[in-house]
Amino acid sequence: MQSALSLSFSQASLPLANRTLCSSNAAPSTPRNLRFCGLRREAFCFSPSKQLTSCRFHIQSRRIEVSAAASSSAGNGAPSKSFDYDLIIIGAGVGGHGAALHAVEKGLKTAIIEGDVVGGTCVNRGCVPSKALLAVSGRMRELQNEHHMKAFGLQVSAAGYDRQGVADHASNLATKIRNNLTNSMKALGVDILTGFGAVLGPQKVKYGDNIITGKDIIIATGSVPFVPKGIEVDGKTVITSDHALKLESVPDWIAIVGSGYIGLEFSDVYTALGSEVTFIEALDQLMPGFDPEISKLAQRVLINTRKIDYHTGVFASKITPAKDGKPVLIELIDAKTKEPKDTLEVDAALIATGRAPFTNGLGLENINVTTQRGFIPVDERMRVIDGNGKLVPHLYCIGDANGKLMLAHAASAQGISVVEQVTGRDHVLNHLSIPAACFTHPEISMVGLTEPQAREKAEKEGFKVSIAKTSFKANTKALAENEGEGLAKMIYRPDNGEILGVHIFGLHAADLIHEASNAIALGTRIQDIKLAVHAHPTLSEVVDELFKAAKVDSPASVTAQSVKVTV
Amino acid sequence: MAVSSSSFLSTASLTNSKSNISFASSVSPSLRSVVFRSTTPATSHRRSMTVRSKIREIFMPALSSTMTEGKIVSWIKTEGEKLAKGESVVVVESDKADMDVETFYDGYLAAIVVGEGETAPVGAAIGLLAETEAEIEEAKSKAASKSSSSVAEAVVPSPPPVTSSPAPAIAQPAPVTAVSDGPRKTVATPYAKKLAKQHKVDIESVAGTGPFGRITASDVETAAGIAPSKSSIAPPPPPPPPVTAKATTTNLPPLLPDSSIVPFTAMQSAVSKNMIESLSVPTFRVGYPVNTDALDALYEKVKPKGVTMTALLAKAAGMALAQHPVVNASCKDGKSFSYNSSINIAVAVAINGGLITPVLQDADKLDLYLLSQKWKELVGKARSKQLQPHEYNSGTFTLSNLGMFGVDRFDAILPPGQGAIMAVGASKPTVVADKDGFFSVKNTMLVNVTADHRIVYGADLAAFLQTFAKIIENPDSLTL
Repeated sequence: MQSALSLSFSQASLPLANRTLCSSNAAPSTPRNLRFCGLRREAFCFSPSKQLTSCRFHIQSRRIEVSAAASSSAGNGAPSKSFDYDLIIIGAGVGGHGAALHAVEKGLKTAIIEGDVVGGTCVNRGCVPSKALLAVSGRMRELQNEHHMKAFGLQVSAAGYDRQGVADHASNLATKIRNNLTNSMKALGVDILTGFGAVLGPQKVKYGDNIITGKDIIIATGSVPFVPKGIEVDGKTVITSDHALKLESVPDWIAIVGSGYIGLEFSDVYTALGSEVTFIEALDQLMPGFDPEISKLAQRVLINTRKIDYHTGVFASKITPAKDGKPVLIELIDAKTKEPKDTLEVDAALIATGRAPFTNGLGLENINVTTQRGFIPVDERMRVIDGNGKLVPHLYCIGDANGKLMLAHAASAQGISVVEQVTGRDHVLNHLSIPAACFTHPEISMVGLTEPQAREKAEKEGFKVSIAKTSFKANTKALAENEGEGLAKMIYRPDNGEILGVHIFGLHAADLIHEASNAIALGTRIQDIKLAVHAHPTLSEVVDELFKAAKVDSPASVTAQSVKVTV
Repeated sequence: MAVSSSSFLSTASLTNSKSNISFASSVSPSLRSVVFRSTTPATSHRRSMTVRSKIREIFMPALSSTMTEGKIVSWIKTEGEKLAKGESVVVVESDKADMDVETFYDGYLAAIVVGEGETAPVGAAIGLLAETEAEIEEAKSKAASKSSSSVAEAVVPSPPPVTSSPAPAIAQPAPVTAVSDGPRKTVATPYAKKLAKQHKVDIESVAGTGPFGRITASDVETAAGIAPSKSSIAPPPPPPPPVTAKATTTNLPPLLPDSSIVPFTAMQSAVSKNMIESLSVPTFRVGYPVNTDALDALYEKVKPKGVTMTALLAKAAGMALAQHPVVNASCKDGKSFSYNSSINIAVAVAINGGLITPVLQDADKLDLYLLSQKWKELVGKARSKQLQPHEYNSGTFTLSNLGMFGVDRFDAILPPGQGAIMAVGASKPTVVADKDGFFSVKNTMLVNVTADHRIVYGADLAAFLQTFAKIIENPDSLTL
């Protein structure tokens, strides 16, 4: 489970999923697999009607250390008579962790089983260490940009870096966050059980040689880097994100297969540290999945001005690691005709073609569950669906393992949603309100639909779509930082002021998106939120301007006014 | 701040607010209001009668009602590139936003009148679009006349003429290098390709010196005749060298009949560039006679073990440098000493049609035998052009020996980026008088060091040479 280092866009397939899966009202829907820039994705399958009624997702006040300590005195709930635990979570990644904390808060006796290290992909091999590398690359890029420094009146002599120092920063951060995560669960009294967990039967789980029972079980086993066939990963010159995050070398020239989040972020790191990068993308365009306008601008800023070139519409059919004095060889074939197209010789290759679910050895056959290309089929409430299309009672699957939306925070939200359900409150998570971010310099962030998706949906459902845009160039804070490059874009319904999607490319875009994602999650309309006040001068005014630039026909609602008064 | 607020396409702005706008010609009246008029009407009228070519002007658009001038953020297309209708050609920055400008016509981007980063008033021509390839030249001359007429844009016009003249000159060596390269396909790094496009260098004509013979950014820069730029992000400034090159070529008297012009190879142009660069460093020279009797005796002893004279001299120089770090330093910015952390002795080697300086790294630390072995390896690599960049450009001090040709003394040019270079002559029996006035014949070699006087002063060099001479005269320490 990881946020930034995940595959591109599950949102992309949303409208499609709504149409094909829900309108037919087929009982438990079978997740679809889409092949997209070499990645696998699962389509969503929640019905639009439910989405409307239940999308008021009241986020429980986030557990902080203080409240955690307080509730730990109450203990990790007493188990119900016939079971060892109320809730057993298999996998202590970010999804399992989120579920465990929420479960204790709800008074459930909770166990979490981990076969590797606490924290999972996100903390150990994903979002967390990659943010450490990106923090370095951002500074390097800034210090190396003489023009940028001069504009501030700053003089900096040649900036350099110590590779091991950079690598240590990343691994230290991962260790620190892993300890925080472990401690937060220990403090609450969550039983952390070590071993590979497997489902033995209904409500029965095995880890190591131990067998335990639980009233409800959550599978949260996450994913591993996906390596297409024909590619030989040696961990030195042909690597996945797992290896790249250790930063054991900075090659002169590295090919990155896949231009989604993972690839883009690593291109930012590598070019800042002096590498040249060649992207290999199966689709005809780089950065598929992003809103086209954003990806166009992003390409101009993140690709064209850097030491990066690219091959689009091609598959890397064979990649051989460097050996016997030969460089890494990459054979490219046309994505459509499969004709050989080119051979590249580079110093290293990073396989960033997405992630594959880690669901082998889970004992799914014991409960008659068949995975779909490795993903565990679930319904919109994360309930596992068996081979006959029936729900498996008391068994849930969250996070990358179900493939709905392969982001760390989505897994956590799904886990919380499951805990809500098992504690007696029906809850369906609105995946369209889950933001995503790519931590390049500048950052890219988004929530909801892209413009083409929104237009397609609008045409089908017969409403009008409008677009509002603001530029970072008009924002005082951005200009003070000499970072005027950037665009924020909102797709909305002019008739009722509903926000359909927001896309931001610019300084701190990842932090700016939450105003929009919260508005979508809470169902706040533009005509109401545009009256909210933003501190000046801040980057948040970019989003403020966006709301104010929108032209909505409906007047501001009364409730919003009253909310304002109480606040 | 929405882009949709711009004046054109106002009706469509809400529902279809793409930030692309197009320049249209007078042929499409509906878009005439768009500030992008792209044809000169006169030309188009004439064309209808005479099937004459059409060269359209690309104007600076007014992207908002308050915009009076615009800045070219970047040209998405380069000169000579083919354009298809609807493709983005240029990115223009207004006071509010950046926008892509699309072409309404198929054709070729014949000339860029206003370069990247330049500003032009709304309505001014920023580029020319030719309908066919044949018209590109015509458009270019038009562009040249256009730019010369405007003082404000005087800075801009230089790139097209300047870059266009060296271009053919660079293209010439293509067949030569292609033959020597054999059937191997060209491998160029992403940045090398970008630079080649930017400087209009035919990538096929560039000789690759990078790992596995690939073409690197510095190869392209060498081929384009510009100094390698360290900063990657800053766009390279319009290169002044081509201007001088152009000036000199035009002033030269015509060639004698049957004379031939052989363009420099990549290596030769690198040498040429370095030599010109060396003129900016104030150098001076200090010579010193060194008695080599003991060294010659040692050499006889260790020769069977594969030790070469080069290794002995490099080792001696390395040991002397260790005691005089300032001679191993360099002056990079004219303001400070850069003391190098290791002593890397570059040794000049003549190879077929060129000169290269393989580097013996840590010459002071490695023992004589390792050094000799390393040297053999480097020479082998140099001959087969397999040297990696760090094996020829990491030197901190250079050694040049012409002694084997009987040269008794010479004077070396200080390579840019180093503090000193030592020129070693032949060791010859010489009559010397000692302090008591006794004459004897001793083998003596003259060494002559050229140094950068900004950091190395006369006394420094003298002291260094004294140490060097002492080591050569008592060479036992060399074998330790």
